[in-house]
Amino acid sequence: MRKNMLKKENRIFKNLYNEFGWDIENSLKRDDWKNTKDLINKGREWIINEVKTSELRGRGGAGFSTGLKWSFAPKEVGSRPHYLVINADESEPGTCKDRDILRFEPQKLIEGCLIAGYTVNAHVCYIYIRGEYLNEGKRLQEAIDQAYAKNFLGKNACGSGWDFDIHIHYGAGAYICGEETALLESIEGNKGQPRLKPPFPALVGLYGCPTIVNNVETVAVVPTILRRGGKWFASIGRPKNTGTKIFCISGNVNAPCNVEEEMGVPLKDLIEKHAGGVVGGWDNLQAVIPGGSSMPLLPKKVCDTLTMDFDTLIENKSGLGTAGIVVINKDQDIVECMARIARFYKHESCGQCTPCREGSGWMWRILDRVVKRKATFSDIDLLSDVTKQIEGHTICAFGEGSAWPVQGLLRHFRKEVESRCREEPLIKKKLNNPYLVDQHLLENKNA
Amino acid sequence: MPKITINGKEIEFEKGMTVLQACELADVEIPRFCYHEKLSIAGNCRMCLVEMEKSPKPIASCAMPAVEGMKIKTNSTLVEKARKGVMEFLLANHPLDCPVCDQGGECDLQDQSMYYGVDKSRFIENKRDVKEKYMGPLIKTQMTRCIHCTRCVRFATEVAGVPEIGAIGRGENMEITTYLEKSMESELSANVIDLCPVGALTSKPYAFEARPWELKKTESVDVMDAVGSNIRVDTYNWEVKRILPRLNNEINEEWISDKTRYSCDGLLKQRLDVPYIKKNNRLQKSSWDEALNLLVDKINSVQPNEIAGHIGDMINMENALSFKNFFKLLKSENLEFREKNFYINSDEKMNYIFNSSIAGIEDTDLILLVGTNPRHEASILNARIRKTFVQKKIPIFSIGNPGDLTYEYKIIGDSTEDIKKIVNKENDFSQKLLSVKKPIIIIGESALELKSGGYIFEEFKKFLIKNNLINENWNGLNILAQNASTVGLLDLKIIKDKKEKFSSFFDDLKNGKFKLLYLLGSDNLEFKKNDEFVVYQGSHGDRGAEIADLILPSATYTEQNGLYENLEGRIQECKKASYPIGEASEDWKIFNRIIKKLNLKVKTLNFDDLRKEVLKTVPNFSKINEIPKKSPIKTNNIETIFYNEKIFVRELDYYYTNSISRSSKTMSECRQIRQKIKKNGTNN
Repeated sequence: MRKNMLKKENRIFKNLYNEFGWDIENSLKRDDWKNTKDLINKGREWIINEVKTSELRGRGGAGFSTGLKWSFAPKEVGSRPHYLVINADESEPGTCKDRDILRFEPQKLIEGCLIAGYTVNAHVCYIYIRGEYLNEGKRLQEAIDQAYAKNFLGKNACGSGWDFDIHIHYGAGAYICGEETALLESIEGNKGQPRLKPPFPALVGLYGCPTIVNNVETVAVVPTILRRGGKWFASIGRPKNTGTKIFCISGNVNAPCNVEEEMGVPLKDLIEKHAGGVVGGWDNLQAVIPGGSSMPLLPKKVCDTLTMDFDTLIENKSGLGTAGIVVINKDQDIVECMARIARFYKHESCGQCTPCREGSGWMWRILDRVVKRKATFSDIDLLSDVTKQIEGHTICAFGEGSAWPVQGLLRHFRKEVESRCREEPLIKKKLNNPYLVDQHLLENKNA
Repeated sequence: MPKITINGKEIEFEKGMTVLQACELADVEIPRFCYHEKLSIAGNCRMCLVEMEKSPKPIASCAMPAVEGMKIKTNSTLVEKARKGVMEFLLANHPLDCPVCDQGGECDLQDQSMYYGVDKSRFIENKRDVKEKYMGPLIKTQMTRCIHCTRCVRFATEVAGVPEIGAIGRGENMEITTYLEKSMESELSANVIDLCPVGALTSKPYAFEARPWELKKTESVDVMDAVGSNIRVDTYNWEVKRILPRLNNEINEEWISDKTRYSCDGLLKQRLDVPYIKKNNRLQKSSWDEALNLLVDKINSVQPNEIAGHIGDMINMENALSFKNFFKLLKSENLEFREKNFYINSDEKMNYIFNSSIAGIEDTDLILLVGTNPRHEASILNARIRKTFVQKKIPIFSIGNPGDLTYEYKIIGDSTEDIKKIVNKENDFSQKLLSVKKPIIIIGESALELKSGGYIFEEFKKFLIKNNLINENWNGLNILAQNASTVGLLDLKIIKDKKEKFSSFFDDLKNGKFKLLYLLGSDNLEFKKNDEFVVYQGSHGDRGAEIADLILPSATYTEQNGLYENLEGRIQECKKASYPIGEASEDWKIFNRIIKKLNLKVKTLNFDDLRKEVLKTVPNFSKINEIPKKSPIKTNNIETIFYNEKIFVRELDYYYTNSISRSSKTMSECRQIRQKIKKNGTNN
């Protein structure tokens, strides 16, 4: 076993595999709600500082510093109440970490909600769960009821003097509602379409009130961080990429699993040691999507030495995202895989802004033609252009999310794509023969 | 003032501006589709992307607030690429049917793709197909052309106040539609046609009629209601093809009502082209000579006090003055223009105009409607009330029940008793009224028609003056006139000043005292015809012509120049866009011919003289297109009698209020649909 593998006592989600029972009695045995009151009584400044010291970065995909985010919330409550919203709309293909937290460690999340709510001055917390997580939602409701029964929630929650309520809101199964502003729109009862930023939700969010939106995992690790100290958390992993993280390994592996590991763990270790190895052996590996379907894939060559943390993956022109690792071995048609992902994004685009609405379908159609071997070489450049025209031009990050996987494919597997394309048909070779084009425009280079 | 650098040029901008607005200040054009000044910001077309220093991505300038020290570039390769990219996406699924698209020639997409687009298409996939949507008799849809800018959606929810248009589906399958594909139930619905930057929503009645560059454009004003919306009349070969709004932030902003826009097809239907004379109980075609001879005979055969004249709802001030002069020559005093006997005190100008002005509604902090339904009586004014309501959430109250007004209001009474309580401060509401600084009271004709109409007006006036709510800076006492001619005719002192004879015209008419009744474009006067000889001079074969014994054809508002005074007392010029039909002629010319025939030996006035005299007569006149000057506030004690009455808001047959709209096929269709909705009971 590797030397720096996460020690058992450093694990935060001890019940990730439901070995010890999910309900509140068992959770209490695992130190949940142990000294919540004392933690809260240390004050907002202390909590934010401790979270900042821990260098905890949001686990939802963007990796924004959580302590910093909380400090954006107005210090004093003005005429409008503050809200805390927990994003449990876990829809990213390849990701299932929040699901196990909701099922097996709900008290960690609930306790985290109370602490986060207190820190950002929110008395009300909404947990937005995707509609497909019906059973998980029921489980969470049960856990919330248990917490209420113990007076951990409600008036004077946990004896801290802070009133705190949690409501569950079910989504209707739209991927885009995992985007924080679309999520807020959805809670308000509107069509789930992202809002323009600025203003950011921290100032104008749910119902126009200051709102902090956090991922389930981010909030669920906070109580442990406070209990064991930010320094402890920061000591795990690499600088600026600290702490532990749940990795979801799926795809062509022998034993797909969720596993809590420290940041910066080598990808090979994760796959070989936790997920039972690639089907057909490490040499049979073709590519890995490191952070959920929206992150560019990486070929085996990169995977050999890759460590899993935010900054290393950005250096490799990919991203940690939600840490949903999808392993693709050589038995798979990589182009078809990416075409399927493109189809997913075409289907899930909200349709609000132009580049994503029109571009996501276009990308899928070109890739589909490539798969069916009906594309030409010029289509590859076109595809690359389309991805670049989407990227960075949209309201939300969905544009990048849909363009990056295709860009990754073109970056690392261009030969694969080209092998499926054919020459331009002869009949189209009249490109030099302008047809219905104003002659005077031809002198212009761009014409 | 804060400064921003645009393309290396530093300019000052006002706080609260967006980057796009700042760019406009710097004379830098930013292409846009979804952004519209009068609507909320959606930022979804992504056409207005510009480069901001220190930002790796281009930003949407329409949504980004301008901040001191920002450095914006609009001419870099990054911006050009972004624009070309967005343009390519917009055109990817947009059909290439410009030659058969009504928007062609005035299409934002067409224009901008010329400047910012690429001239080749790389999209070889099949284009998206979208089913046509039914949106009522006014809006023709071709939804494959839609670029999903959601301007129409935002207009319907924000300005019109009927959330009936929305988007269904997501991604590529997003479609704009009305709720269950019903027709849009708003008086402002057709404005979405102007807002649509492409040819997805076009005008149904105007479909395939003309191309924009073939039309002659005349800037004019509307006479369908008393608001005086600024319009542009587009004519093709002297035929009015369509009417579009003209921007005037003080009156109609950028909107006009459906009636204003679409009753223009009534200008060609039911027209009176030659004089008609009733012979053997049938109206028969005649000539001007015969008709005028008959009229002169009739005039000479009756006593002057047996001659009465009634002026209609769309008569301009020059014609009305000419008519008044004509009656002076006939020595008759029986002139009237009101359709119903409502109370009006024409002593001073503030007694019969909308004193707070339409733009002034936005400053108010409380609105009280008394017996009025502004949604039907003045749709554009209602849109302004809604705008104020949406922006400031001001409290709105009503006495009498006007129905759905597109905003929330509270009914605080339905009888004159409630008004008495308010002015005597016996009511919670009076306290509320006294606690605000700029209240608006809008009194409608339904209230003034009551026996206690005088009481309602005079007591409210006294109340406001006494409590210093009418002062130099604010006057919230408003009369909502319904007809375009009303305020102008009051200024011309058409009705007699003598108080005791206030309702004499209506009494005499009822008692059959008149032998000759001269209707000048008057179609809405309700009376039982006795044995009067009725002369109808007007443009349409409508209610007035039906009962007439002699018909003299005249011109409509688009066929002659003339001044109109809107409900604020603002004098505006209506311009000639086409010629009168057949042998029809302008009203003042007809009067001059009659005077000549009568051998009265007086100098007849030509049009310029009439206009000069009109402007001389109008009290408090400041300038054309401006609101009138204010006169000092006087307290006059007019004693009025109180009657305990119920206040009913008279329901207006919105699409059928005047002879032009009654002749319009489009208006009939709208009316039928509205009635069908009511019959089905789906309306609330």
